[in-house]
Amino acid sequence: MAKRIDVTDLDIYYGSFKAVEGATFSVEPRSITAFIGPSGCGKSTVLRSLNRMHEVIPGAYVDGDVLLDGEDIYGADIDPVNVRRTIGMVFQRPNPFPTMSIYDNVVAGLRLEGGKRRKADLDDMVEKSLRGANLWEEVKDRLDRPGSSLSGGQQQRLCIARAIAVEPQVLLMDEPCSALDPISTLAIEDLMEELKERFTIVIVTHNMQQAARVSDTTAFFNLSGVGKPGRLVEMATTEAMFSNPTQQATEDYISGRFG
Amino acid sequence: MSDTTNPRNLSDDDRVESDRLLHDALTGGKLPRWATAAVAAAALVVAIVLNLLTSVDGVAGTLVVAVLLFVAFQTLWSFRVEGRRHAVDRLATTAVYATFVIALAPLVAVLLTVIVQGFQVISAEFLTTSMRGVSPRAEGGGLYHALIGTLQQVGIATLFGVPLGVLTAIYLVEYAPSAKNRRLARAVSFFVDVMTGVPSVVVGLFIYTAFVLTLGMQRSGFAASLALTILMLPVIVRSTEEMLRIVPNELREASFALGIPKWRTILKVVLPTALSGIITGAMLAIARVAGETAPLLLTTFFTNSINVNPFNGPQAALPTFIWDQFNSGTDPSRSRAWGGALVLIVIVMLLYAGAKLIARYTGVKK
Repeated sequence: MAKRIDVTDLDIYYGSFKAVEGATFSVEPRSITAFIGPSGCGKSTVLRSLNRMHEVIPGAYVDGDVLLDGEDIYGADIDPVNVRRTIGMVFQRPNPFPTMSIYDNVVAGLRLEGGKRRKADLDDMVEKSLRGANLWEEVKDRLDRPGSSLSGGQQQRLCIARAIAVEPQVLLMDEPCSALDPISTLAIEDLMEELKERFTIVIVTHNMQQAARVSDTTAFFNLSGVGKPGRLVEMATTEAMFSNPTQQATEDYISGRFG
Repeated sequence: MSDTTNPRNLSDDDRVESDRLLHDALTGGKLPRWATAAVAAAALVVAIVLNLLTSVDGVAGTLVVAVLLFVAFQTLWSFRVEGRRHAVDRLATTAVYATFVIALAPLVAVLLTVIVQGFQVISAEFLTTSMRGVSPRAEGGGLYHALIGTLQQVGIATLFGVPLGVLTAIYLVEYAPSAKNRRLARAVSFFVDVMTGVPSVVVGLFIYTAFVLTLGMQRSGFAASLALTILMLPVIVRSTEEMLRIVPNELREASFALGIPKWRTILKVVLPTALSGIITGAMLAIARVAGETAPLLLTTFFTNSINVNPFNGPQAALPTFIWDQFNSGTDPSRSRAWGGALVLIVIVMLLYAGAKLIARYTGVKK
């Protein structure tokens, strides 16, 4: 069920401000692709444009093609709500719904998309998703407790369970570990390895070691200059990027010689 | 090799002495715990003595003198023993408590007066009969007619005002920012501000002109509800707006990212998260209009009889009942006015408690 993404000549705007210019790349199915680069270079913006989440900000729009298995997700007859159901997202800070229990958080996506579902089906889905997020053993006895009662790392895994419960094709992760301690980070990274079997994963990270550890492909984004749009500098297999980058800027950034 | 700075090399006596020095250095010159109470008692005694000896008379005068003496004694003592920083700290602490008491005093006084005066007339008869045929000079009678009127008028106003206000706020917070044309949002926001400042009697006049004179309807409880609705709206819109704005954007994004449509996100994620605050705001609005008098006089006037039909003819209400009884000027009617005030306050408090209970069981889980 994992799908590939092809992006061609993507320009992303916030109102009249051009945030990203001319991004062209492909994301292979059942792989982990990492976006790295300095703050403000547009990597999160590119990630959010992959499931039309950047449109939540008033005035944001794109120019260019984003194809999901050949289908243009910005096509005239495409409903962004359906795009987001197909391409899920996990955010930087764990954000479980504060009014809902652990159980309700996991089925939120299923319930809120409408339609009646049998209780037994939902129960199965909750167990399956929580197992998928490596959280089941820790919370199975307190599914009716509020999601906010969990620790930060558990909350983030709850958010991942919530995201995979709607069975998306692609999972976007926007710095999913930057608010977590090393042990929770390890748990999430192990989880990504497992999820890769079923999903296409794109992750934004500031942690170079994390990119090197988990990803198959790495893309380096950078600003062309102060006040200018960000652009994709280089993209290659993670091994090649970290051992033998073709661009000087990539080498400088990876080796830490770059601001 | 004897090193006297190392505690291990000290004799027992020296060690006790050094512990005492350290203790003094840490505690410094500090007033004992009982200092505040002692100074307060001393100030009170001195003030009472002064009261007996001089021309300063009365409880209030004595209290003022006592407070001033307390401030002077404590600050001076603290300054001598503890130094400037502690003296200023004690002075500021006293000032904060004093302003708190001054702000609270009128509130407590009003509540106590209403409860004490009101309880004298509250009875089963007072709650279940009207003033029909009861002379202002006579004891007895009741506010049943006014109670019905207030419950109906405020109830109908709530029925209109809360949904309208909450929906307006939802538009302003959730939909207006992404609209291509912001003019409508700006206009709505502007008129909400203007409405906040419109005196209630003007709203009463407006409903009288529009509903009674222009549309040719008669004055009724319903007309009063319309006026109350207008008065409630800006309060509800503003408070709901504030509450919706503090719902973190991350929750909306989390919901959108699950493929949940915007309207469902608002209904199932944003509103429940803000519910407790929205209910509090709505209750404040209801409490505010429940005590309005002027617009009721213009739109439904007043009657001494029971009228259970809000769409037909004059209807009494608690504020107008209080006003009418107070106007009569006799002792029995004055105490009936206090009874009305007590019932009004109790109704608002009951509503508030009920709303808080609802919010507790539906809102953010802790």
